[in-house]
Amino acid sequence: MDLFEYQAKKLFAEHGVPVPTGKTATTPEEARAIATELGGKVVVKAQVKAGGRGKAGGVKVADGPDDAFAKATAILGMDIKGHTVHSVLVEEASNIAEEYYASFLLDRANRTFLAMASREGGMEIEEVAATKPEALARILIDPLAGVDAAKAREIAVAAKLPEAAIEGATELLAKLWTVFVKSDATLVEVNPLILTADGRVVALDGKVSLDENADFRHPEHEAFVDVSAVDPLEQKAKEKGLNYVKLEGEVGIIGNGAGLVMSTLDVVTYAGEEFGGKRPANFLDIGGGASAEVMANGLSIILGDPSVKSVFVNIFGGITACDAVANGIIQALDIVGNVTTPLVVRLDGNNAEEGRRILAEANLPVVKPVDTMDGAAKLAAQLAAAAA
Amino acid sequence: MAIWLDENSRIVVQGITGSEGTKHTRRMLASGAKVVAGVNARKAGQKVDDVPVFGSVTDAIAQTGANVSVIFVPPKFTKDAAIEAVDAAIPLAVVITEGVPIHDTTEFFAYSQSKGTTRIIGPNCPGIASPGVSNAGIIPADITPGGRIGLVSKSGTLTYQMMYELREFGFSTCVGIGGDPVIGTTHIDALDAFQADPGTDAIVMIGEIGGDAEERAAAHIEAHVSKPVVGYVAGFTAPEGKTMGHAGAIVSGSSGTAQAKKEALEKAGVRVGKTPSETARLMADIMRSL
Repeated sequence: MDLFEYQAKKLFAEHGVPVPTGKTATTPEEARAIATELGGKVVVKAQVKAGGRGKAGGVKVADGPDDAFAKATAILGMDIKGHTVHSVLVEEASNIAEEYYASFLLDRANRTFLAMASREGGMEIEEVAATKPEALARILIDPLAGVDAAKAREIAVAAKLPEAAIEGATELLAKLWTVFVKSDATLVEVNPLILTADGRVVALDGKVSLDENADFRHPEHEAFVDVSAVDPLEQKAKEKGLNYVKLEGEVGIIGNGAGLVMSTLDVVTYAGEEFGGKRPANFLDIGGGASAEVMANGLSIILGDPSVKSVFVNIFGGITACDAVANGIIQALDIVGNVTTPLVVRLDGNNAEEGRRILAEANLPVVKPVDTMDGAAKLAAQLAAAAA
Repeated sequence: MAIWLDENSRIVVQGITGSEGTKHTRRMLASGAKVVAGVNARKAGQKVDDVPVFGSVTDAIAQTGANVSVIFVPPKFTKDAAIEAVDAAIPLAVVITEGVPIHDTTEFFAYSQSKGTTRIIGPNCPGIASPGVSNAGIIPADITPGGRIGLVSKSGTLTYQMMYELREFGFSTCVGIGGDPVIGTTHIDALDAFQADPGTDAIVMIGEIGGDAEERAAAHIEAHVSKPVVGYVAGFTAPEGKTMGHAGAIVSGSSGTAQAKKEALEKAGVRVGKTPSETARLMADIMRSL
């Protein structure tokens, strides 16, 4: 889960990483009140989970409360790369002497953690990496040793930060590492990390991605979920313990196993090219034990999507047996009730023949059994096209 | 012949008394795998069916000569279980558990590397099976007989699908390396082992979106693998920024796309199937021509 800047800064502040004082506002009036409270110049910053905010006009300096009102009016409701701005962060303006970059992240390739830091801050770090790779220090972190003061200093020095910033950056980096570990983050990024005119090192921006696998030990992370951005079907699926991702097409997909379902999306897309570009409507992995209840939950979520014109149930009986899945489908149709959307079912693997026999015997008009994955994908796309 | 798991493999199940642990212990035993011990610190001295439960992996090894651990404990306890297996210096630890925090995996993997005595497979994987010989994990044993194809895959059911489609040829070993961002055994590790295994003639490699493991495997194949390799990549149509079931399966910006992986593999001389069935046909052609 990616956090908003204000949420990232909240985590930073909790672990002692210096950030500018500020608060979020969802109306221009609130922005004016915060600016009044802060006094002096403020910065009004759009809260969106997208890069390039500044260039898009989502970050503005305001002279005082009335100007903050005006700037917030301009920014709230803006569209930045497809994200609507629902709130702004109003912060005291910082007196910036220099801008740097620092982050800790998961390094998948090296299967460890990585620190990146640079004297070049403020621009996209991909750009620094591409145009001035020598200006970007990359230091692998031993997960067992972590980042102590000495390691933090090593990072600051490797980034070629000026002498005046080394002390402050060292302290900040050590605390930023604590944020990374204690929050179970996969990324903590500060861009820019600034040196102020009075010699302090401060996190002027913040980006954090959290590992959802660690949610069980972070009940506090639930408050970070952006409820307005959650797709209602995805939310319903999550409540039922299903792994569902809403997509843009017409063919509903149910399968068992993440890899098989990803593969099913691809196969349906290829097959759909023949039928006017029919595409998968979703990703749904019902996992190993495809009981009638799980199948019914999955079906009701998929059929709750009005764009779904056909459904492809793609099961490979590995651990689960296809006869149990066949019975599960029949019961699920009964539980959901009044299903008119055609259901193309492909059963293969463990007890596949028995499963196919059960479906044939039930002789349900909406169920269309097909023996192969490619053939089933084709029929599902064809039926979606016919229903459109 | 096989890689990492053979007729001498003696399996200990960590978490044997949990529902998944018990269920899959029975399945492994039914397939002929030698499950010799279980571990649960609070249930030492008990038995699960005929399998004795010990208080620690070290005890289990001392009493039964176990040399492979399969870990079924819940995500909260997986790090401790893996570290216990490494401390017992068991040569192979297979972590089946899904949903392990990435910081935990990164830590126990680093720990295993620092000790240098335990290979970890997983987490979030179906395990490893050498059909007809042994089976450590949850891969169904009866899909395919033994044979001379090696298979390495990030995905469980796609592995089973491929085993099923190529069952007329059979497999030396099938390794499910798991779909998490950090895993103990990579495509490259398995490719090297299959290359060195006289019982393997050709290799199927299944990848998916996210990270650059397939690209690195492609470069490795070009330099170090002379046996024929057929590839498949899932997730061509996955949208950017969405996690597709597996924690590691996410396209971030322009990196981790299936297209880039396919291109890298093809550049390395790997034939890449468009669908699982086409991939199986490519491998069948190779096996018939050998």
